[in-house]
Amino acid sequence: MPKGKVVINKEKCKGCELCIAACPKKVLGLSEDFNTKGYRYSTPLHPEECIGCGFCAMMCPDVAIEVYREE
Amino acid sequence: MKNVYKKPESMTSATTIYCPGCHHGIAHRLIAEVIDELGIADRTIGIAPVGCAALAYDYFDIDFSETPHGRAPAVATGLKLTQPDRVVFTYQGDGDLASIGAAEILHLANRGFNITTIFINNAIYGMTGGQMAPTTLEGQKTTTTPFGRDLKVHGHPMKVSEILTNAAGVAYIARGAVYDPKHVMETKKMIKKAFQNQIDGKGFSMVEILSTCPTNWGLSPLDAVEWLKKNMEPFYPLGVKKDIDQEQ
Amino acid sequence: MGEKYLMKGNEALGEAAIIAGCDAYFGYPITPQNELTAYMSKRMLEEGRVFVQSESEVAAINMVFGAAGAGKRTMTSSSSPGVSLKQEGISYLAGAQLPAVIVNVMRGGPGLGNISPAQGDYYQATRGGGNGDYRLIVFAPNSVQEMADDVMDAFYLADKYRMPAMVMADGMLGQMMEPVEFKEPKSRKDLPAKDWALTGAKGRPRNIVRSLMLGGTGLYEHNEVLRKIYAQVEAAEARHEELETADAEVTLVAYGSASRACIGAVRHLRAAGKKVGLIRPRVIWPYPYKALEKQAEKSKKFLVVEMNLGQMVDDVRIGVAGKAPVEFYGYAGGWIPTVKEVVDRVNQML
Repeated sequence: MPKGKVVINKEKCKGCELCIAACPKKVLGLSEDFNTKGYRYSTPLHPEECIGCGFCAMMCPDVAIEVYREE
Repeated sequence: MKNVYKKPESMTSATTIYCPGCHHGIAHRLIAEVIDELGIADRTIGIAPVGCAALAYDYFDIDFSETPHGRAPAVATGLKLTQPDRVVFTYQGDGDLASIGAAEILHLANRGFNITTIFINNAIYGMTGGQMAPTTLEGQKTTTTPFGRDLKVHGHPMKVSEILTNAAGVAYIARGAVYDPKHVMETKKMIKKAFQNQIDGKGFSMVEILSTCPTNWGLSPLDAVEWLKKNMEPFYPLGVKKDIDQEQ
Repeated sequence: MGEKYLMKGNEALGEAAIIAGCDAYFGYPITPQNELTAYMSKRMLEEGRVFVQSESEVAAINMVFGAAGAGKRTMTSSSSPGVSLKQEGISYLAGAQLPAVIVNVMRGGPGLGNISPAQGDYYQATRGGGNGDYRLIVFAPNSVQEMADDVMDAFYLADKYRMPAMVMADGMLGQMMEPVEFKEPKSRKDLPAKDWALTGAKGRPRNIVRSLMLGGTGLYEHNEVLRKIYAQVEAAEARHEELETADAEVTLVAYGSASRACIGAVRHLRAAGKKVGLIRPRVIWPYPYKALEKQAEKSKKFLVVEMNLGQMVDDVRIGVAGKAPVEFYGYAGGWIPTVKEVVDRVNQML
């Protein structure tokens, strides 16, 4: 059971990849498909690695990320 | 699991018009987080610049004013002096603050009124399509420095934070960046101090935030971060430039 | 010369200014004229001339004041809210009798407005946006070719009469691309020498560039000098174009982008057998009042079409002097009339 979980609003995401670069566990990557604005969006490719550190949300300019962590 | 991060209350849910990877969004979010943490949303008034952040009022759920280009410090003066218990902040880019607004910011800093300024320095004019800014670096190509900024022709880049530290009414000036989580956390502390100073009546506070402009620099958001680290950071060193609390 | 280029209005104006010998250009970014500033930032340096991106529009007009005071051909450009900032400097240029060219690529207003084409600055340009009794020679191009031609004439007439001149374009003229052929600029040999310029008083009595005349009757006399010059300009420099006006029952009056729709409307209406014509001022100060006076003898009605809430219509009413009704059609907020709109409006009047 991963210690953390991120929920990314794919419609708000602009595919800037700042979160992908910031993730210490390499959880995130760009999707294969596109959102309605034409962006490939950030999505958890390896959700099992997530530790809920929140670095991705700290970097997101579009407030597209919510972070959850085990208590 | 517990939610440890979500949208700050004082931000709206609107999707911003900023380009992918633009650091405006990070700066906005940090300001909103600080406003939430200080519990001041219902008495804070923001002032938007002319520039990419001209529509900043669509992203903050607080009172906001537009102003003519560069005049935000003057408008802030009017708003603050008539309502001293409100928290008034200006949010300005390098064209707005350091170019046309140079007189206004100098006078606000020198007067030392209790106002907070967040200054976004991306070394270029974004909204109008990539012209030179006062903070454009030597050699940097822009649409009005097609051969690169030449000090003899275009003059020197401006180190705004350093210049303003000499102004009499300054309580706090710091320069931060938001290109990785460590710097985001440090810059958030700077922003919080700049707002707290206003609440404590200490004088004028400003945080300059080195930011990327991927579109007008012609780089991807991540490459833009590398360009900033390699070119802007050495010329515009990060850190606290003035803090009257440290001088006592 | 003789070659045709496909260029944006903003850039064609810039190249024409360079060909006319513009020594110094000072500008500041504002949409929709950025292409002109960017063009000058490259071409002026290539030609070894002066280019400065100033810190503001206020600074730019004052840099123009300096270069003009040095006797040089100098230009600045901006769009509506930026031209508002220049009003003080323009008044000073007029008061000090300094030749200079100011370009306004108009956008929607008031205030920050929007970046779409508009004609909302007519009053500002022709009724003095700055203080005092001054006038500007104000050109009104309606094509990329005219943008180029007019800026050359602006430099010439500014030098001839020692006064600032303005080119009133709009966002569409600035942005669109059309073929342009650059003319030979008029020779400067018949222009008065700039012996008043601040070049250093070696070998001559000193020169002072000023608009302040305190005490006594100095300022009154100075204004009488200006009055005489403006009368000369009014007598000699009004210019306009006429399209199918000889038997027009309804005469349209329009300039700039609004006139393009009117030209289309005249053609369309004439093809349907309707008697409609157009008077198109090429210069909006001095205004072609005489042409309107004459046309009012023939035409039953006038329709003024402007991209604003009605500004030039005042001048049309002055010219027509009550001899015929003058109606107005226009909107503000960034809008260009379509041929159909003008045709429909005229049909209501016929």
